[in-house]
Amino acid sequence: MILIKNVLVVSIILTFFSPKLFAQSPNFLIPPTEFKAFDTPNDAGETISLTWPVSPNDSPDVFYVVYIDRDKNGTFEKEVIRIKSNTSYRTSAPEIYGYKKKNSNYHYVQIFPKKVYNGETLPKKQTLYFKLAMVSDDTKVFLDTIASATAHGNLIHTKKINNFVIMIIVSAVILYFIVHARRNPNMFLRKIGGLDAVDEALGRATEMGKPVLFVHGLTSMGSISTIAAISILGRIARKIADYDANLKVVNNDPIVMSVSQEVVKESYLEAGRPDAYNSDNVFLVASEQFPYVAAVGGIMTREKPAANFFIGYFYAEALILAETGATTGAIQIAGTDAYTQLPFFITTCDYTLIGEELYAASAYLSREPMLMGTLRAQDVGKGLLIIILVLGTILASFGLTFITHLFEAF
Amino acid sequence: MNFLKRTVPLVIAFVMGVLMAMQYYVPHRLSQDLLEVVSRWDRIIAGFAVFIGAYSLFHLHWTRIKRKVEGWGYSVFVYFGAIITLIFGFLNGGEFFWNNKQEGTMFDWLYYYVQVPAGATIFSILAFFIASAAYRTFRARTNESTVLLIAAVLVMLGRVPIGNYISQYIPAIADWIMAVPNLAAKRGILLGVSLGAIATSLKIIFGIERSYLGGGD
Repeated sequence: MILIKNVLVVSIILTFFSPKLFAQSPNFLIPPTEFKAFDTPNDAGETISLTWPVSPNDSPDVFYVVYIDRDKNGTFEKEVIRIKSNTSYRTSAPEIYGYKKKNSNYHYVQIFPKKVYNGETLPKKQTLYFKLAMVSDDTKVFLDTIASATAHGNLIHTKKINNFVIMIIVSAVILYFIVHARRNPNMFLRKIGGLDAVDEALGRATEMGKPVLFVHGLTSMGSISTIAAISILGRIARKIADYDANLKVVNNDPIVMSVSQEVVKESYLEAGRPDAYNSDNVFLVASEQFPYVAAVGGIMTREKPAANFFIGYFYAEALILAETGATTGAIQIAGTDAYTQLPFFITTCDYTLIGEELYAASAYLSREPMLMGTLRAQDVGKGLLIIILVLGTILASFGLTFITHLFEAF
Repeated sequence: MNFLKRTVPLVIAFVMGVLMAMQYYVPHRLSQDLLEVVSRWDRIIAGFAVFIGAYSLFHLHWTRIKRKVEGWGYSVFVYFGAIITLIFGFLNGGEFFWNNKQEGTMFDWLYYYVQVPAGATIFSILAFFIASAAYRTFRARTNESTVLLIAAVLVMLGRVPIGNYISQYIPAIADWIMAVPNLAAKRGILLGVSLGAIATSLKIIFGIERSYLGGGD
């Protein structure tokens, strides 16, 4: 008899304290204690955030349903979101709540009022009201609290301030070294083998009477690597005009082609050889990846250029182009910031400009003091980053991870 | 003339460069709208540029045919392909091009049964080129290439079931190579690239780098 009594007592206690058992008993839904709405920070004013603490009833069978109304005393019939009660926590919004441990004790959802009232015009600064309900099977329990918020756009993204500060510091360092370089033009630059070999490659092409092929990557003019490639093209075209060699530039983007034509034309003009410029030598071969590869590969095998330059951002075509060029016996110089393609270029080309060297090339080839100043600034920037990385590693080793979040991008 | 060719582009580059850099930090609707407008301009310019590209392509191949330069037959094929595609594109399955694009037309057939397989064929060549490039690279002629050879063999074995049959440590070693030295090198390159990109952007915004305008100064 005592045993049966004890079992009953334990069962009752377990019934009250086990969340899973609660979930199976919808009659005992205990709603969260609070419910808050607020304008989502750092957005264009299109969302409202809702948050509430977890409930002991949270389980896959129990749902949270949020209702919306424009009037505080409205009927709250419009359902705005329905989530399983064991999902959507503040941990999914580190840009608002950071990385606190207690974030997993609160639910968090974002509401897009314009999508909810699709087709209806919402006045600016419209305050919206929300009601939260817990639902399990036929049971629905409403919170008494009605939360309200007004969505408005923000002028500054506060979570990007770290990025802004870094940009200002790096920009200041670069500008300082540009000004410094004007006063001290004899700046030491470490040798970049690939760029020293440009003269050798062009000389070889001139002696052999064969063309130099400049292959652009696949990205458009909006890509910084394409802009860097255009700068290098300008320097190479100038030298080719001086050497009286033949330059062919293949493109897969019409805008890049137009800019390349203009740059090559100006370079020939600058070298005093405008008559040597032929716009048909800077041409569009194909606008899609593999037709481009087929066409450029065909040019390489038919015309057998003495030197191939692969400069810009490349994808899967990198190896096909470079390997085809290698079989023709051309001197090959590649420059890319696509780190996935670097191994292929290093394997198949005589010289490869790795990552940042692509951006350094224009300054290196021109030897203009102001451009060379940026190279020194890049080295100083790398020094700063190394210091931060070492410091971060030491701090993280001692369990201090704040520096990781300090540099986090949102 | 110099004003139009140099000063105006430099002013546009400076104003738009600063504006778009600041746009990244302003989440307000106005800022988003500005980005949308500029992106739309970009698409419109790209649309017009297609005509320039097409002119360049056809002019080049017409010159090759006219002068009967070596391989001019390929240029005939460019015209043949372009004309066939244009005809079926304009016909649009009998509904003509001013109506919505029809499905299952000859235009689609050309795309799915000519262009796509031809592209896939070129892509498939990559497998053979990887093999030949790997053979050249993995010849252990120097200390560096020996290290590369050992690392590559371990990673390749670690990625296939036979690696686990040989030793259970091989997949773990492969994972370590990818997650530690490989990732460290990759991040090093990326950091350098990012600094280079910032420096290049600043050079363009402040008009220090002008070679993209044509000429060196």
